[in-house]
Amino acid sequence: MAQTSHGVGGLTYDAKKRSWPAEFNVFLALVILVAIFEAIGRIFLGDSFLFNTRSDVAGIFNEARLQIIILQVSIVGIIAIGVTQVIISGGIDLSSGSIVGATAMIAMSFAQVATVNGNPNPKAMFLAQGLTDLPVIVPLLVAIGCGLLAGLVNGALIAYTRIPPFIATLGMMVTARGIAKWWSKGQPISFPTDSFAAIGKGLMPVIIFLSLAVLFQLIMTYTRYGKHCYAIGSNEDAARMSGIKIANHKILVYVIAGILAALAAVVLSSKNLTAQAGMGVMYELDAIAMAVIGGVSLSGGRGSIIGTVIGALIFGVIISGFTFLRLDAYYQEMVKGVIIVGAVVLDQWRQRLRALRA
Amino acid sequence: MSDIVLKTENLTKRYGGVHALEGANFELRKGEHVAIMGDNGAGKSTFVRQITAVEQRTSGQIWFDGKEVNFNGPIEAREAGIETVFQNLALADDLDVPSNLFLGREKVLFNLGPFSILDRKYMRKATEAALVRTAVKIPNLSNTIRHMSGGQRQCVAIARTATFASKLIIMDEPTAALGVQETAQVENIIRTLKDNGEPLILISHNMRQVFDLCDRIVVFRRGRIVANLRKQDTDGQDIVSYITGAKTGEAELAA
Ligand SMILES: Nc1ncnc2c1ncn2[C@@H]1O[C@H](COP(=O)(O)OP(=O)(O)OP(=O)(O)O)[C@@H](O)[C@H]1O
Ligand SMILES: [Mg+2]
Repeated sequence: MAQTSHGVGGLTYDAKKRSWPAEFNVFLALVILVAIFEAIGRIFLGDSFLFNTRSDVAGIFNEARLQIIILQVSIVGIIAIGVTQVIISGGIDLSSGSIVGATAMIAMSFAQVATVNGNPNPKAMFLAQGLTDLPVIVPLLVAIGCGLLAGLVNGALIAYTRIPPFIATLGMMVTARGIAKWWSKGQPISFPTDSFAAIGKGLMPVIIFLSLAVLFQLIMTYTRYGKHCYAIGSNEDAARMSGIKIANHKILVYVIAGILAALAAVVLSSKNLTAQAGMGVMYELDAIAMAVIGGVSLSGGRGSIIGTVIGALIFGVIISGFTFLRLDAYYQEMVKGVIIVGAVVLDQWRQRLRALRA
Repeated sequence: MSDIVLKTENLTKRYGGVHALEGANFELRKGEHVAIMGDNGAGKSTFVRQITAVEQRTSGQIWFDGKEVNFNGPIEAREAGIETVFQNLALADDLDVPSNLFLGREKVLFNLGPFSILDRKYMRKATEAALVRTAVKIPNLSNTIRHMSGGQRQCVAIARTATFASKLIIMDEPTAALGVQETAQVENIIRTLKDNGEPLILISHNMRQVFDLCDRIVVFRRGRIVANLRKQDTDGQDIVSYITGAKTGEAELAA
């Protein structure tokens, strides 16, 4: 038996029996879910969910499906990264979906071409002002500015007026959606430059999502910022008494969430080659669901970006699984609702269970 | 005034209609260890919260380290050199021991503003060293402190104040949850502070401890300071009668 004393005071404990990380349970859930779809597929459809069954395509796995699973959650996944650090620090952000809408509209209008098929671009917002064919950095900076501003308002409201995050971000949710509709009076904004269109092409959303996930996992684990997120979410009074500047930190948390939502807007509108006022509706709930499924506790202080990424994959598997089983899209929506509530119930159980085991 | 570390005049705190602290006049001299005693709800912790600016006082003045101070919050009090073990410990349950010990003043490898990279190895080593002084047994420092025992948590909070240099240490019932060995060890830490000439305010309900460790005893009753006695001028019986109100302090204080 490998008994080692890692602690102080000479107390021994079995290093092998360390409780496994919570992410492992989430990963297990993912594996089980895939296995269920695989089994149902084999039994009822005579087809494989995960593996390649076609002889004209090479490879062991059904790569097209794997790509779809992750591609369809990448954009909301980017938002979920921001939402995760918000929830860990004890808050909630309901505005991210609307920030996507407003940012997509505003940023896209600085990414348009001047001419389409030799004619002036009929959808160009700023054709008369000559603000067309701009370098891609312009819409990108505009987007980041939008996200930053929205996050700043959220954060300042929450930090200084002390209204609950739920209410503050609900206000932003409604306002930002209004801005999205007002911006072009409901008209879609289309025909982006090639360089803007390249941002969301092919597997780019996946690459962007995973790079940001790695970056933020590192930030949450190894930086002072991450440590303070967990501290504030865990015990805000203790954090305050320990000298953490709560207001500044909260503002930064919501600013980062806003910027990530804005980046998601850029990727989404680039991928779709158009921006519409209704973009991103309900994304905030999907993002929160991904985090909660991934083990992020709604009461704050617990969870990780890795968990959220796995949560996003579970989300993707469920959606793809339903398509695979040829079930209607209506069922997807219904099941999504059940999953969100189920994940929260699970979170509550987990907390009670922890208390019992102690 | 030069050898006075801390002085309060008419320090008062009201929570709505509750007069938790009324006109407290208090002095602490260099190297002095003063005990604060009093019943539950007498206003002891309230007094600490005003000095450390966890709350803003209703009225009164505070001098610390030779100047009048108006701390804007606990950070300023700490930066000025007041280290406190709060009664509710001020720990973050979801963080591990080193993170709690260094909460709010993490040691960093590279300074990148809020995104500064933490020096986790250093903080772990320093935590081990600090905890050894309290004799507490903690099996795994990397576990979150959520399920640690009351005494283990208390030792984490005490180790925190002992780790950082300070001009005044305040401990609000530091040994309330500790076992015999840990209590003895914490009392040793306090004696070391005394030998080093570091001033201390100790809030405690333990008469033996107070007489062992402190030079002076201040008794709070119903938000007021009712007695301020040198150890050699009093005894346990005397203190108890002040705590319970059998004896009132007005005469002595006026004299
Ligand atoms: N935030 C608050 N709001 C209202 N009343 C409060 C508040 N904080 C403390 N009090 C009241 O002030 C009084 C003094 O409380 P305090 O915590 O200072 O007592 P204490 O002397 O430290 O007692 P103990 O020995 O139990 O720790 C109590 O009657 C308490 O109920
Ligand atoms: Mg108290």
